[in-house]
Amino acid sequence: MKSNGEVLIKTEKLYKSFGDIRVLEGISEEIHKGEVVVVIGPSGSGKSTFLRCLNLLEMPTDGKIYFEGVDITDPKTNINSHRQKMGMVFQQFNLFPHMTVLKNMTLAPMKLLKMKKEDAEKKAMDLLRKVGLAERANAYPSQLSGGQKQRIAIVRALCMNPDVMLFDEPTSALDPELVGEVLSVMKNLAAEGMTMIVVTHEMSFARDVADRVIFMYDGVIAESGTPDEMFTNPKNPRTRQFLQSIL
Amino acid sequence: MAEWFSNLKAQFILNFIDDNRWKLLVNGVLLTIRIAFFAVILGVLIGSIVAIIRSTYDKNQETMARRKGFLYYLFSFVNAICKVYLAIIRGTPVVVQLMIMYFIIFASSKNGMLVATLAFGINSGAYVAEILRGGILSIDNGQFEAGRSLGLNYVQTMIYIIIPQVFKNVLPTLLNEFIALLKETSVSGYVGIKDLTKGGDTIRGLTFAPFMPLIAVALLYLMIVLLLTWAAGKVERRLRTSEK
Ligand SMILES: Nc1ncnc2c1ncn2[C@@H]1O[C@H](COP(=O)(O)OP(=O)(O)OP(=O)(O)O)[C@@H](O)[C@H]1O
Ligand SMILES: [Mg+2]
Repeated sequence: MKSNGEVLIKTEKLYKSFGDIRVLEGISEEIHKGEVVVVIGPSGSGKSTFLRCLNLLEMPTDGKIYFEGVDITDPKTNINSHRQKMGMVFQQFNLFPHMTVLKNMTLAPMKLLKMKKEDAEKKAMDLLRKVGLAERANAYPSQLSGGQKQRIAIVRALCMNPDVMLFDEPTSALDPELVGEVLSVMKNLAAEGMTMIVVTHEMSFARDVADRVIFMYDGVIAESGTPDEMFTNPKNPRTRQFLQSIL
Repeated sequence: MAEWFSNLKAQFILNFIDDNRWKLLVNGVLLTIRIAFFAVILGVLIGSIVAIIRSTYDKNQETMARRKGFLYYLFSFVNAICKVYLAIIRGTPVVVQLMIMYFIIFASSKNGMLVATLAFGINSGAYVAEILRGGILSIDNGQFEAGRSLGLNYVQTMIYIIIPQVFKNVLPTLLNEFIALLKETSVSGYVGIKDLTKGGDTIRGLTFAPFMPLIAVALLYLMIVLLLTWAAGKVERRLRTSEK
């Protein structure tokens, strides 16, 4: 348990509707520095929406989000500078197809952190070596496998030195045999102390890596606890039902 | 047979050699290319601006409306102007636009070339705008989100991530639009410009022998268009291999 560290992200009564569809129904939650939080729940329960609200890819309808003490839902806050500190990994990878792997990784550090090209490339190459993809530095995304693409997407986000990494079903678009290589990169990241919020259906990852598991149901957090509490002795019948349905 | 040939030769001399009439065609080709070339540049410029305004407005309307403020109203206003521009240009024939420009808006101008270039450029801009806007819309939203999630602002995301992909995707369509524009300049004669079509027509009026000058005009257009198509194919293949 690392959850006694300082609060990194805090949401207060977060609501989100798309027109008449109410998706988030008041989420108040704290994510602590160094914590690995896995978000689970049935399809449509609002997991992605919650995650995407955290870096304002979705604008909450109501409520507040504090990131490193700053209210990022305040219209006066410059969200771009805060997003630099929040890496995000998508289900569909979203690599830039017209750029090489290296360019994908160095674009943001060079434009936003004003890093020199050599420095950005050196950092990128170091990260690529760590995930075993150094020799693909000059490849284009279309030449990579899904697992390779997702590993690149992860290190692309890491190039910005984020304080937290958000993952939205990072392995759901992968062939089963490619899931492992991505999860192992994520495990290493967790071991290095990165704060992570991971929406996933990989229960083994939740059990082995998470400090805390959050179960979402109908736009609220129905239950949250350590993997042990959640998997062996869930209190909420909905949690029990959900876990039974997928295990 | 021999008679047919000598007849053909006489026709040829009458239409192209006498009084250096071939010059009408050569000068016409040059004028046509010049108008089309500058109109294309103007069209891409106008089209890019309009496309970016329109899609920026569509994409950010929600956030901007939330903040209200001067910028939002300015944007709504400019966006409305763009829509009117597109409706008018795409809803009226280019010849009519050309004549309105020449005889009404720039009635005092003696520079027909400039007015025609403007008219065709403004016309082409509307079509380019819609091509580009379609191109922007066709880019997966995940590309925007990936850019924004890295901390790039809207403009940076457009410049580094979206626009390069859009141009790559719509280049074939854009080149077709340019070929269409080149052919559309054939109505320039309406405002007294001696373009290729007008050149051929002038010869016809002088010699009363329509066959040769008009076929020559058609062949010249065809040659230019085939040349452009060939170049377009080359560029396209080049772009495609750069990703491999
Ligand atoms: N942009 C949107 N416009 C309208 N409705 C949306 C939008 N995004 C999400 N929704 C709706 O919000 C609800 C929650 O969606 P969300 O993607 O957050 O669920 P989820 O828990 O991530 O589900 P899944 O496991 O299938 O990914 C769904 O009913 C979805 O249809
Ligand atoms: Mg989801």
